[in-house]
Amino acid sequence: MYEIVHKEALSPNIKLIEVKAPAVAKKTKPGQFVIIRIHEKGERFPITISNSNKDEGTIQLIFAEVGKSSILLGKLNEGESILNLAGPLGNATDTKDYGNILCVGGGVMVGALLFQMKVLKGSGNNITTIIGARSKDRLILIDEARKYSDDFYVATDDGSEGRQGIEFLKEILQQKRFDHVFTMGPTSMQKIVSEYTKSYNIPTTVNLFPIMVDGTGMCGACRVTVGNTTRFACVHGPDFDGHQVDFDELISRMRFYNPNEKIAMVLYEGV
Amino acid sequence: MTAIKSQVDMPRQEPNERIKNFDEVAIGYNAEMALEEASRCLNCPKPQCVKGCPVEVPIPEFIKLIKEGNYISAAKKIKEKNSLPAVCGRVCPQEDQCQKNCVLGIRGDPIAIGRLERFASDWERKYSKIEKQEIQFKGGRVAVIGSGPAGLTVAADLAKLGHKVTIFESLHAAGGVLMYGIPEFRLPKEIVQYEVEYVNSLGVEIKLDSTIGRLATIQELFDDGYDAIFIGSGAGLPNFLIIPGENLKGVYSANEFLIRTNLMKAYKFPEYDTPIRVGKRVGVIGAGNVAMDSARCALRLGAEQSNIIYRRGRDEMPARIEEVENAEEEGIHFEFLTNPIRFIGNSRGFLEKVECIHMKLSEPDSSGRRRPEPIPGSEFTIELDTAIIAIGQSPNPIIQQTTQGLETTRHGTIIVNEDSMETKIPGVFAGGDVVSGAATVISAMGAGKLAAKSMHQYILSKKGILQ
Ligand SMILES: Cc1cc2nc3c(=O)[nH]c(=O)nc-3n(C[C@H](O)[C@H](O)[C@H](O)COP(=O)(O)OP(=O)(O)OC[C@H]3O[C@@H](n4cnc5c(N)ncnc54)[C@H](O)[C@@H]3O)c2cc1C
Ligand code: FES
Repeated sequence: MYEIVHKEALSPNIKLIEVKAPAVAKKTKPGQFVIIRIHEKGERFPITISNSNKDEGTIQLIFAEVGKSSILLGKLNEGESILNLAGPLGNATDTKDYGNILCVGGGVMVGALLFQMKVLKGSGNNITTIIGARSKDRLILIDEARKYSDDFYVATDDGSEGRQGIEFLKEILQQKRFDHVFTMGPTSMQKIVSEYTKSYNIPTTVNLFPIMVDGTGMCGACRVTVGNTTRFACVHGPDFDGHQVDFDELISRMRFYNPNEKIAMVLYEGV
Repeated sequence: MTAIKSQVDMPRQEPNERIKNFDEVAIGYNAEMALEEASRCLNCPKPQCVKGCPVEVPIPEFIKLIKEGNYISAAKKIKEKNSLPAVCGRVCPQEDQCQKNCVLGIRGDPIAIGRLERFASDWERKYSKIEKQEIQFKGGRVAVIGSGPAGLTVAADLAKLGHKVTIFESLHAAGGVLMYGIPEFRLPKEIVQYEVEYVNSLGVEIKLDSTIGRLATIQELFDDGYDAIFIGSGAGLPNFLIIPGENLKGVYSANEFLIRTNLMKAYKFPEYDTPIRVGKRVGVIGAGNVAMDSARCALRLGAEQSNIIYRRGRDEMPARIEEVENAEEEGIHFEFLTNPIRFIGNSRGFLEKVECIHMKLSEPDSSGRRRPEPIPGSEFTIELDTAIIAIGQSPNPIIQQTTQGLETTRHGTIIVNEDSMETKIPGVFAGGDVVSGAATVISAMGAGKLAAKSMHQYILSKKGILQ
């Protein structure tokens, strides 16, 4: 059992929790994830770790309440526990000194990106950051992200805060020469970022979260095509070279269980 | 010559009924049947059956106890050597092991040793309670990685010898393939958990959610004070065909299909949260036990047609005969000498069909094996909504990649000294599927027994305890 020791709402449907898991906290590095199962009849699903506190023995998870499992997770209060939590899984991000880097984060993944940025900053990188969300009320952790950034931009899909859309990324890529780009966020956003940076030939690390079951290389549900070979995101990733990833296949695969999720939601909300 | 009485049949659920549920297919002997079957045992002065058992179950002794009506004692007798009798009685290939050696088998049916083993352990489970055993701690601390049959055997044997054992299991449930792979209708999960509880009662601690290599490395376990380590991480990495279209929606690895179904209980969706999608027409590629299990699960999950697609012929199928028969009874259809060459999807990325080619078997080569060869121009397609790839598993590489000095073969299996099961790293032992490649429950247990013996010796000499 893994106790929730802190919980806060970052936006109407985005929650941050800190979970007691000392052994996991001790080993966690940016880019890694945990697989959790909330209750006896629950499913196993991955969440990227957005911070770890070795002294307190806690890890931080940020998630959007979008399906039955994440809504159940969001309902747990401080003092309540998650039944199973395995991690840290996946390979850590290579957080060496690249020089000038651009970090592009969207939605809930801004938390995990911030974790990466802190360590990348510590390695000596000069960081330009773009934080995006659908709308102003879904932007999270802006002030924190600004602290670790040398240049900082905000964008929303509807223009309710900062720049509108992701198009202006092109401008930024034109203005400044970057040695590396990191992106974490919705898969469709990571796809666009990778397409843009490809035309400027800037190496780009994406962080993928396909459907997973075990998270340790046993099922292959998480397979993605990278440079024409099949890779398992949980053991070979979750970081990959964004210019090599077949995003269309990934996005299609991620939708496979949508009908089942709808059934689960209807029944769940009906209760 | 007197006629030998034939084996007592084991009652089973009727095929047309059982394909609608996940309840156990084989119902098991009742006491009357067990007594009748046990009475056939000749109690040979030089029993041959025991020689066929990798874990040396005292077969004639336990059968004698059944004859005398001492069913619980019979189960306890088996447990002296085998900590998982209810599992072994159900899934061991007895026909190739103990029963193959039974002298009755020369002229008639051998004793149904597996069915009797199952009967005794089921009886014990029903009519007695697991009692926490007080074992004096007088040895070392042992870390066991993986809670499959190999790991559970090592843990139980070393605990009985007075060592303090901790099992680290990556998943949220202990049992390895017994929990995640073998379906409920062949091996109820409640029974696996009962056997795990028995190992627990010996003082073994089981830490779930603990992926070694990620949460802690082998070196870090030694740093934490473990004296010896056993790697029993199995062969859980699914092999794929590496043909076009394999990532279409509707193409599963057998492992994913079985993990969802068995470990996560997707057959009870939406009561359980894990979904699974099975179409009307299912094709399972491969013909081993894993393929039979997948095809039979697919039927129970609502497939109208469930096919086995295999590149060799009927006689070459690696699955147990009993499982093939069960599958056939249930209406599984077999496409022999057929090899898939690509999966074809629709515009939305869903699987629609598989293109296959007919094969023929070559003349036997020097090793006597007949290789399958494609027949040019014989391509054809089979319409499928769901494909399940069951062509084998390899060892999961996480531990191998995070442990310096651990030598492996090019298949990813860990190299050990076969007499001691010790790896190239002193104090680190390994056994089961991670060493042999995908094999059987009982061979994993046999390897575990051997490893436990040498780990015991290793710890004693390390600690300077004289025997
Ligand atoms: C579908 C299916 C049907 C089968 N049917 C039969 C049958 O009828 N009869 C028979 O005899 N055999 C059968 N087998 C084969 C048999 O199950 C295996 O040979 C046997 O389970 C191997 O035992 P093991 O202990 O080596 O590994 P496993 O049972 O694979 O257990 C390994 C365990 O280690 C865990 N693990 C892996 N990596 C790590 C890590 N890094 N850290 C912590 N834990 C880890 C895994 O999660 C797993 O629980 C079947 C196999 C399958 C897949
Ligand atoms: S999640 Fe199962 S292999 Fe990656």
